[in-house]
Amino acid sequence: MRDSSRLVAALVATVTALLLQVTVMPHLAYDGVVADLVLLVVVAAALVTDARFATLLGFGAGLLLDLAPPGDHVAGRWALALMVVGYVVGRLAHDHPSVADRRPALPVMLAAAAGGSFVGSSVFALTGVLLSDPSVPFADQLGVVLTALALDAVVALVVVPLTVWLFTRRSGPPPTQVTPRLPLPARRTVVR
Amino acid sequence: MTLDTLPPRRPDRVSDGTDASARASQVRRVGAVRDRHEARHGLPSRSLLVALVLGCAALMVVDKTGGEDSPVEPARRLAGEVLGPAQAGVSAFLEPVLGIPGALDTNDSLRDRVAALEDENAELLSALRTAGYDEHRLQQLDGLRTVAGDTGYAMVPARVVAIGPAQTFSNTVTIDAGSDAGLHPDMTVLAAAGLVGRVTSVTSHTAVVRLIADSGSTVGGRIGENMEMGLVHGRGRIGDDAVLDLQMVDASVVPEQGQTVVTAGSQDGGPYVSGVPIGEVTRVFEEIRAGTYRAEVRPFVDLTALDMVGVVVPSGTQTNRPVIEADGNLRMPS
Repeated sequence: MRDSSRLVAALVATVTALLLQVTVMPHLAYDGVVADLVLLVVVAAALVTDARFATLLGFGAGLLLDLAPPGDHVAGRWALALMVVGYVVGRLAHDHPSVADRRPALPVMLAAAAGGSFVGSSVFALTGVLLSDPSVPFADQLGVVLTALALDAVVALVVVPLTVWLFTRRSGPPPTQVTPRLPLPARRTVVR
Repeated sequence: MTLDTLPPRRPDRVSDGTDASARASQVRRVGAVRDRHEARHGLPSRSLLVALVLGCAALMVVDKTGGEDSPVEPARRLAGEVLGPAQAGVSAFLEPVLGIPGALDTNDSLRDRVAALEDENAELLSALRTAGYDEHRLQQLDGLRTVAGDTGYAMVPARVVAIGPAQTFSNTVTIDAGSDAGLHPDMTVLAAAGLVGRVTSVTSHTAVVRLIADSGSTVGGRIGENMEMGLVHGRGRIGDDAVLDLQMVDASVVPEQGQTVVTAGSQDGGPYVSGVPIGEVTRVFEEIRAGTYRAEVRPFVDLTALDMVGVVVPSGTQTNRPVIEADGNLRMPS
């Protein structure tokens, strides 16, 4: 039941982000670079859910991004990129339990968004280089990646808290989700 | 730090007081234990990660090598069918919202823009309406230049600004060049197509031109083919039925239909310079009483649609307006 509500939240957030990304964001584009809302949704999901779910969500959302109408690149590139983002951010949040509270602090969200944006855009660009899909010079790619990072960091101020709220609100009664995580550090100290 | 990097399966690290058999059973079920831990703490298992990465790679390879008809295309098409209308709907829904920045323009700036656009519009409309007229004038000016080059006369271009009313029973027009432009009476006026008339009087800025169709106008002419002389009289009719009479000096010469009549010229180029085409013979009559032949000549110039004309001036005339020199070049006033 908890999983299903989380799934609905992920689906709603991803599809909404995808639609907004291709309809609204181009009006706010800087130099043609558009804020990556889907990536921010994956980052936010990775912050408040577990790494496994974030990885799967990244894969699914990336696949959707690959197949959605404006996409013309080789399918699977965004899937891989967002999967990596979901895994990395989820893993880091998991390894630092203080971060993975129910509501992460805003600086944490921002840092996660910026890092996720950099990782995602870079992986996407690198797969492009490997597949020689767009065959863009590396310097140009770096410029685009950094611009996207700045844009994502700005837009993350709104999108990530919104998505976090969506996920934490829909995910069942709070205690059942928090308790499994708390014994973990305690037991580890025992183990050592 | 993590459970992965600190494997709990090494016996010396396990210090929680479990006995040997428990330890042994733990060692035996290493993979299962780790997977269970990962599952409980929300970490993706390695197999899942590998599967996803391989899935991505496989998808990329399939799509890359498949090209146009790759197996991904149907999925892409399906996604497009579903998401395309949604995108269009969202876009239409959000259009008013996205237009808000435009709505925040102040009334003053909008008024300014309306005024500026109205000005521009009027300018463009005026340019559009006079475009045909300007083109026509350009053609006429170009024709005048050609005539100047052909006939070897310098001329001052001028525009017909007034046409005398029919009530005066004289066919005259006013042109916008006068004595300031170096004009004086008894100068030849021609258009690109041929002879127009001669200057009868000048003011400082205008001049009156008597058209060749005027009933009081007589032009010495000759038939281009055989150089036979004659006198061309106006009949006082302009317009579509404008006709001139040609009376041959030599009674034995019979003009023929289709022959061209040009000016014969007279001393010092006045009132008519020589060699300017007047018209074409259309009908020939025999005047039995006088024993001569009379021909009807249709003028080359449409006398009711005169606009740009040229006044033949001596080369080097001091004028206040540009002169088309004999070689066809335009000389600006000094």
